[in-house]
Amino acid sequence: MSMWEYANPKLFMGWTRPVLPWMFASAGVCLVVGLVWGFFFTPDDFRQGSTVKIIYLHVPSALMAINAWIMMLVASLIWVVRRHHVSALAARAAAPVGVVFTLIALFTGGIWGQPMWGTYWAWDPRLTSFLILFLFYLGYIALWEAIEDPDTAADLTSVLCMVGSVFAILSRYAVLFWNQGLHQGASLSLDKEENISDVFWFPLLVCIAGFVLLFVALVLMRTRTEIRARRIRALEARARRA
Amino acid sequence: MLTVQNLTCARGGVPVLADVSFAVEAGRTLILRGPNGIGKTTLLRTLAGLQPAIGGEVTFPEDEGAYASHADGIKTALTVTENLSFWADVHGAPLPDGIFETFDLADLRDRLGGTLSAGQKRRLGLARLGVIGRKVLFLDEPTVSLDGFSVKLFADWLQNAHLAAGGIAVIATHIDLGLDAPELDLTPFKAADDAGGGSDEAFL
Amino acid sequence: MIALLLRDLRLAIRAGGGFGLGLAFFLIVVVLVPFGVGPETELLSRIAPGILWVASLLAALLSLDRIFALDYEDGSLALLATSPLPLEGAAMVKALAHWITTGLPLTLAAPALGFLLSLAPEAYAYLLVSLMIGTPALSMIGTFGAALTVGLRRGGLLLSLLVLPLYVPTLIFGAEAVRRGAEGLDPTGALMLMAGITAGSFALLPFATAAVLRINLR
Repeated sequence: MSMWEYANPKLFMGWTRPVLPWMFASAGVCLVVGLVWGFFFTPDDFRQGSTVKIIYLHVPSALMAINAWIMMLVASLIWVVRRHHVSALAARAAAPVGVVFTLIALFTGGIWGQPMWGTYWAWDPRLTSFLILFLFYLGYIALWEAIEDPDTAADLTSVLCMVGSVFAILSRYAVLFWNQGLHQGASLSLDKEENISDVFWFPLLVCIAGFVLLFVALVLMRTRTEIRARRIRALEARARRA
Repeated sequence: MLTVQNLTCARGGVPVLADVSFAVEAGRTLILRGPNGIGKTTLLRTLAGLQPAIGGEVTFPEDEGAYASHADGIKTALTVTENLSFWADVHGAPLPDGIFETFDLADLRDRLGGTLSAGQKRRLGLARLGVIGRKVLFLDEPTVSLDGFSVKLFADWLQNAHLAAGGIAVIATHIDLGLDAPELDLTPFKAADDAGGGSDEAFL
Repeated sequence: MIALLLRDLRLAIRAGGGFGLGLAFFLIVVVLVPFGVGPETELLSRIAPGILWVASLLAALLSLDRIFALDYEDGSLALLATSPLPLEGAAMVKALAHWITTGLPLTLAAPALGFLLSLAPEAYAYLLVSLMIGTPALSMIGTFGAALTVGLRRGGLLLSLLVLPLYVPTLIFGAEAVRRGAEGLDPTGALMLMAGITAGSFALLPFATAAVLRINLR
């Protein structure tokens, strides 16, 4: 049995039902542990004081905002190439979750930016890129909502997602070209020299794991809802024909 | 020669016709019959390649198919001549002699598309078929809003120009064109309610 | 392909609104800005490159939904799809026709409006060049957006929502080139990057547009 068979809607409904509570539970545990550890058991930063602690919300949500789009892109490609319905519906299900992560990243960024830079918003390349990403999400969701036929909607949004990804990357570079910015460099990188210190790093990792698990759990749950909605539509269509 | 084997086609993701098979020799016409909603338009659009078939095969000489429906693609701001020569140019063919006379458009040559009556527009739309030089025609209700005289004009062109030159036509119509052509009733091919292959199938 | 281009141009001229409306819109937006920000010449001169670019972008957006909608409604799009003309070519020709009827007149009119906003004298050449290079990309991207929304009854608003984020890189490089020109800096970098976007759009988006049209036609 190939792995693609798990993408059959019925099988998908079957294996996700027992998995889903565990996903939510482990996401909750990770988030509680990571956030409590981060907020109450780490020292204040010598420059930024206690404001640095918002990093435990800001960085994971920013990371997931981008990863959600990448997941949608992969799911769209799978739909275009192999035409697995669950893949298209998962892309649809992920978009609103991605929007919320983008908004969390923007808001926590503003709250963090006020004491650090003296302003809630600046047209900094990173901030601007996230705002543009937010607009891309809105367009993608609006297109899904506007088209009645589910397969046509899946096809068109897949193409939009692919073209949009290219333009999102272009925008990222355009924005860097346009303004050099205030934002600090990446908080996380494989290059040890640039990394933040371990005291902040471990709780942050736990928070990121929590956000990833939360994202997966939410997408699975929303995909299940989409499958049910689609099944209702199919049953109604059959009832009308009979 | 047009052959259709076990063709299954869908409208809005739902199979409407299943296992349609027929063959039309060069120089022959096939008339499609069947009640409204049986899927004549869907079948013609599938044959013309505008929508994918769920299953089955359609074979005819490559790049010889043409589709015509209720919408004629007439531009209201262009004259009759300009409308026709546009399609001739797109298909890389010259305007054939006498095409205006054949479809009784000679007096209307310089009229704008927007000023034509419904029947005149229809004649212009059908004249397009005489201009593009395609051998296999898929016609959806070609005689809507035509008067008896114009129907005769069209049938004559089909018989004497198109079919005589080895062309093929598949026509969905409710009226008698006066052609000596076999008829295919689509009612027996109606897809069963639980027919497979639709886009909803995976969810049922 | 030339036949399609000529037909679209002829239709744009005869139906009216093609050249005139976009230009009038461009003029009105540019005239409204001083009412909004105040009449100080220095301020206007500084924001002129951005205003001219944003206004021409909005003017180009105005006529996008007509690129395919009329052909879709009267059935010509289905007829074109079954003609020997590849749909990819048709998409590119449609974008080109849109550019000739909107982008080109906007480009030619922009210097006159730059005068209204007291654009720096050094920037005029760059304004012309950047719009000349950049507006084709706006037309091609817009054509893709128009193809996406062609089957929808209320596609106009959605079209703007889909297309405007895609316009961001072109706008940034275009306005940046003019701004650098006005400040006496070297704008070639921005111009080259914008030319890259235009070339890339014309190389790739016709395929996406044709794919989307086929989906919408079925």
